[in-house]
Formats: sequence, structure tokens, C-alpha cells
Amino acid sequence: MNALTRTFHRWGSPPTFYRFAGRALPWLGWPALLLLLHGLYAGLVQAPADYQQGDGFRIIYVHVPAAWLSLFIYTSMAVAGVIALVWRMKVAEVYLRDAALAGAGFTAVALASGMLWGQPMWGTWWVWDARLTSELILLFLYLGVLALDQALPEPRQAARACAILAIVGVINVPIVHYSVEWWNTLHQGSSLSRFEKPAMPASMYVPLLEVALGTMLFYGWFVLARMRGSILLRERRQSWARAVAMEGA
Amino acid sequence: MTRRQRRLALVLSLVLGVGLLALVASQVFRENLMYFYSASELAAGEAEEGQRVRFGGLVVPGSVEREPGALLVQFRLADCEANLPVRFSGILPDLFREGQGIVASGRMQQGVFEADEVLAKHDENYMPPELVEKLGGDAGKHSCAPFKSLQEAT
Repeated sequence: MNALTRTFHRWGSPPTFYRFAGRALPWLGWPALLLLLHGLYAGLVQAPADYQQGDGFRIIYVHVPAAWLSLFIYTSMAVAGVIALVWRMKVAEVYLRDAALAGAGFTAVALASGMLWGQPMWGTWWVWDARLTSELILLFLYLGVLALDQALPEPRQAARACAILAIVGVINVPIVHYSVEWWNTLHQGSSLSRFEKPAMPASMYVPLLEVALGTMLFYGWFVLARMRGSILLRERRQSWARAVAMEGA
Repeated sequence: MTRRQRRLALVLSLVLGVGLLALVASQVFRENLMYFYSASELAAGEAEEGQRVRFGGLVVPGSVEREPGALLVQFRLADCEANLPVRFSGILPDLFREGQGIVASGRMQQGVFEADEVLAKHDENYMPPELVEKLGGDAGKHSCAPFKSLQEAT
């Protein structure tokens, strides 16, 4: 076994993961808080208003990070799904469910903030164009994973079903992302992409990047904290979990 | 093949199969996934006369005519190759202006697009007002993705 596979398997062991996650939490939580506070202040207060949309454009500082996370989380769930199906790793099974909860939340925020912006800017709350429709399907996929997990009483079986849904549904992620390029949509194209110059000045996009990174770290903090709880609950009959619980009590 | 490899192969073929299915579906439903027709598509007669469609394009600068004392507006919507007249009676969204991207719903009638709804299509560019002044007005750096080449054509 080489070093890579050894690390991979060690991470998959619940007690090691529990300890590692506990140590990682402050390194995610505090930077997330600082980045979000500064980024939101810079974006909502300091950044200049847009020449056409006025202050209404500031919804981008909520909408875009939430939308990015909604795609990132689903992709990570598909990866976890493959690991759960092929290597039967418990940590990946726990991740699937806890990530779906956060993902559903971010997707709902992205949809709701987009509707609030669409009403004054486009003149309508909702249109059935490819971007909006595929993002709505993404929300249903997340809710489907959560419902499937609740529907099957045996946790390992439930995790396997959720893994399959996560893997099958990941095809929707590139559709959401490229919908604005493949089809005529009412939704605009991306303002920030890795390969092109941003379509806004630095005073507008630097806060956006801060908020996006902060949201990402916040998500990491949230999902690790939740997974620690889920793992402890699942392993409650194991001696290491009892030892941890006794320590805490 | 070990069991693990067999499971991996199964998962990979699942991903591949679903991906292929999605590709085929998106090709089959291509027309329906288009939110609107462009001016050149309408001019080429891709939508039937009287059929309810959406029509997207840039408002041709200088083409907006308002009927005094009524809500009736006439303007031309264009893409890089063609432009067509649109008639609309109602309240226009805040972002409606010359050079702006618009999506109108309605029907083609004798060469005029009779719209019953007009939505503004915002582009991906965000600018503070000072920068716009420096660039010399509105039209400066506009690029509404699907209508990109209009400026080059006019």
C-alpha cells in the first residue's frame, strides 16, 4: 500500500476523522467569520452602486456565493457517493447526508435572492428559462437525497441509495453551469470566470471573492461540525465513541 | 476483477450512461430549451405567424417611439444580422432603454411583433457610474452575450 492509499483509508476511519475534524473546526470557522464580515461590509456598504441597477446589484454578494456553493456541494456529494459505493467508507456516507442539508439551504438562498432581484430588474419573479429551471431541479435533487435518507430505516442502505442519486444527479451540475452559454436564457452569463477578465471593477469583485471564500469556509465548518455529531451517533456502540462521550460529560 | 473494481466499473458505467442520456435529451429538446428567438431567426420565418413565441434582442438606438397620451410603444429589436419592429402597450421594466437587451413575448403579425410582455435582460457587466462617464456613456462596453455582434454590425 502506498502512502496515498494509506492516508485515504485513515481519513475514512471514523475515530481518526472525528479527531481531525475537531482540530480543523477553528481553522475554518474563524477565517470564515472574518472574511464574511469584511466582505459583506465592503460589498454592501463600500462598493460603488451600479450605473443601471443602483443599489439593487448588491444582492450579488449573497446570490453568487450561494449559487456557487450549491453547485460545488452537489459535485462533492457525487465524489463522496462514488467513495461510499466503491470503498464502502462510512465517513463518505455520513458526508452525503449532511452535505445535502447545507446544499439544499444554499440552493434555496440562491433561488430566493435571484427572484428578489428579478422582480425589479427583469420585471418578473420567475421565468422558465434553462438556468432557473435547472437550478430548481438542483433543489429537488437535494431534497430527494434528504427524503431518500429518511425513507430507508437502515443507515448503510439509505446511504447507498443516496449515493446513487447523488451520482446520477451530478449530470445536472454542468447543465446549470453552462445553461447560459448553451441556450438563449433570460439569465445573464457569468460575471466572474477563471479564464476571462472580470466584467466588473476590482472595488466590486474583490468583496465578492471575499464573501465567496468566506461562505466556502463557513460551509466546511458547518459540514465538519455536523458530521462529527452524526458519526458519534452512528458509532455510539463502539468503545471509542463511548470514550469520547464520557470525556464530554 | 475484484469486487471493488467491479463496483467501480458499475459506477463509472452509470455516470457514462446518464451523461449520454442527458446529451441526447438536450439535443432533442434543443428548441424547447431556447428561451427566445433572435431577430434573424424570426426574420427567417422559424416561428409561424400567429404562434406565441418570445423574441430577444437589443433595442435599436433611436428606434423607440411613444404614442403621446397612451402606453403604446414601438421600437425595433435587433441582433447582428436583422432587426424587426415590436409593438407593445403596457409598463416597461426599469432597465428598458436604447441599446439594452430585451425579451418580448407575443406573436408575429404582418411583419410586426405584437408583444404583450416585455422583460429586460441584464448582461454580465457591472459598472459604477463614474466609470461609465469616463467610458463616454452607456453604449461603451456593452456586451449582451447572445446579441454580441450588434455593435460591430451597426
